[in-house]
Amino acid sequence: MINAKRIAVGAALIFFALFPFAGATFYTELVTKVMILAIFAMSLDLLVGYTGLVSFGHAAYFGIGAYTLGLLAPKYEAASLWTTLPLAMIAAGLAALLVGLFVVRAKGIYFIMVTLAFAQMFYFVFHDTKFGRGSDGISLNFKPSAAIGGWVPLDFANVLHGYYFVLAAMVLVFLFLRILLRSTFGRALQGIRSNEHRMRSLGFPVYWYKVASFTLAGGLAGLAGYLATMQFGFVNPEILSWHQSGNVLLMLILGGLGSLYGGIVGAFVFVALQEIYSSLTSHWQLLLGSTIVLLVIFLPGGLASVGARFKSTLFGSATDE
Amino acid sequence: MNEPLLWTTGLSKRFGGLRAVNDVAIRLAQGQIHAVLGPNGAGKSTLINLLSGDMAATSGTVLYKACDITRASADRRARLGIGRSYQKTNIFPAFSAMENCRLAAQSRAPRILHWFSDALADAPTCAAAERALHDAGLADCGTQPASALSHGEQRQLEIAMVLATRPDVLLLDEPLAGMGAEEASRMVDLLRRLRDHHAILLVEHDMDAVFALADVITVMVNGQVLESGPPEQIRASTAVREAYLGSEVA
Ligand SMILES: Nc1ncnc2c1ncn2[C@@H]1O[C@H](COP(=O)(O)OP(=O)(O)OP(=O)(O)O)[C@@H](O)[C@H]1O
Ligand SMILES: [Mg+2]
Repeated sequence: MINAKRIAVGAALIFFALFPFAGATFYTELVTKVMILAIFAMSLDLLVGYTGLVSFGHAAYFGIGAYTLGLLAPKYEAASLWTTLPLAMIAAGLAALLVGLFVVRAKGIYFIMVTLAFAQMFYFVFHDTKFGRGSDGISLNFKPSAAIGGWVPLDFANVLHGYYFVLAAMVLVFLFLRILLRSTFGRALQGIRSNEHRMRSLGFPVYWYKVASFTLAGGLAGLAGYLATMQFGFVNPEILSWHQSGNVLLMLILGGLGSLYGGIVGAFVFVALQEIYSSLTSHWQLLLGSTIVLLVIFLPGGLASVGARFKSTLFGSATDE
Repeated sequence: MNEPLLWTTGLSKRFGGLRAVNDVAIRLAQGQIHAVLGPNGAGKSTLINLLSGDMAATSGTVLYKACDITRASADRRARLGIGRSYQKTNIFPAFSAMENCRLAAQSRAPRILHWFSDALADAPTCAAAERALHDAGLADCGTQPASALSHGEQRQLEIAMVLATRPDVLLLDEPLAGMGAEEASRMVDLLRRLRDHHAILLVEHDMDAVFALADVITVMVNGQVLESGPPEQIRASTAVREAYLGSEVA
């Protein structure tokens, strides 16, 4: 059965690699957007699905990454990927570190509320001060590019460059998180999710693990935010609104918490449903909401659990990873 | 008598008006099993919570290796070498028995920034976990999810996890409760072997085990120490007989 999984992953990769040649630019851009959301969702999964921290303010770090590019982009030339991308991740990671130092002491519903409160603070900083140019946000005159000497291998004004760069970023984030979750650090996070009290009594400084996880998740959300500004060419405060935090949580719930594929699947299904329903009716949010409710009721493990369920009904046994 | 490894002076814990632990002085030394007896609600588990850092003392001090650890957090105390088990099984249900112990073994060196090294490739940690499973009699159960183990096996796992942290002090809260006769006698043998290199505090209702193992027995009633001394003294004490043993041993 491990082979079946490999084949599925291989097929998905080939599909992604060839996709831009199959469809119109509109779809290439749509899938780019979905992959950015998938990175965002995976970063949240590290918190919600693996550390047991249900953050309802994750859009803050997405937005800070996005604004970093908006604020750093020069007026008359393209921003350099080499400097702006790491800075966006560092800015988002630092913000998450500072917030994390406060919020990870809170538990359960209180954690949800404080993460939301901090996210709202960031929202107002960008929405109501001159710093982020208010509610209009920032438009890029030039999309960023990456130059090596005089050679410019990546120019994000080109839709294909954007698509493949985002694809590579998504695969790298996936692999990074996979390795991380198998490390001593990652296993400790999962222990915290399962039984925080026992982790503490075994000797783990749980607080610092949570801070580290919150920081990492923030940095990765910052990466996704950067890519969003790069892709859309503008950024406004709505990117850090609580709707955005809610949407990414819904993606995770749709796809399945605590499985990295879940973030990717969830982002795709969420955007697909959004597109389909909004073409049918202006009350599409109602349809989307009911679909999610039905899914949660009938498929509590999310869509990523479908494979495992299928396997166990076929072969009548519990599945190995 | 050995130098004590862990000892307390005037240790107290109040829950509102209730003095759950009241002015307790206790000394745990390496090479000794110190049993704590007492009726339900006497404050035995609370005493362990105060020693392990699960609860903060209302007053009094806890000293470990000549350092005052009264205000130290539970995780810090665990890293210093104070390990405990729980009366109510407290494990990672979804993880395999082996992973329960491996995490425990990993805890003494948390390595919070080791993000890229595969945890399972860390041979010393895995070996410590294997040994703990084996010592607790779970050598064959390593791959099973902890939630699939029987109640008795989960009690054994509870002990295996403490052992995997390689502590110097063992605080065991009713380790034999819920175990079958065979496992219990196995556990008694294990505790006897562990005695030489550990200071052990044993809270246990199984009198046969207690009198077979204990070097010192402290009897608590209503949060206070009623009497403390070698097993013969406790057995002979009329106060203890009246307050506690009377009803059970007679
Ligand atoms: N967290 C708590 N809050 C309030 N009261 C508590 C708390 N924990 C324990 N108590 C009370 O403190 C007293 C001592 O409880 P403790 O659990 O230490 O007894 P014990 O000797 O371990 O009993 P048992 O043999 O039943 O395990 C009891 O009266 C109990 O109800
Ligand atoms: Mg108790």
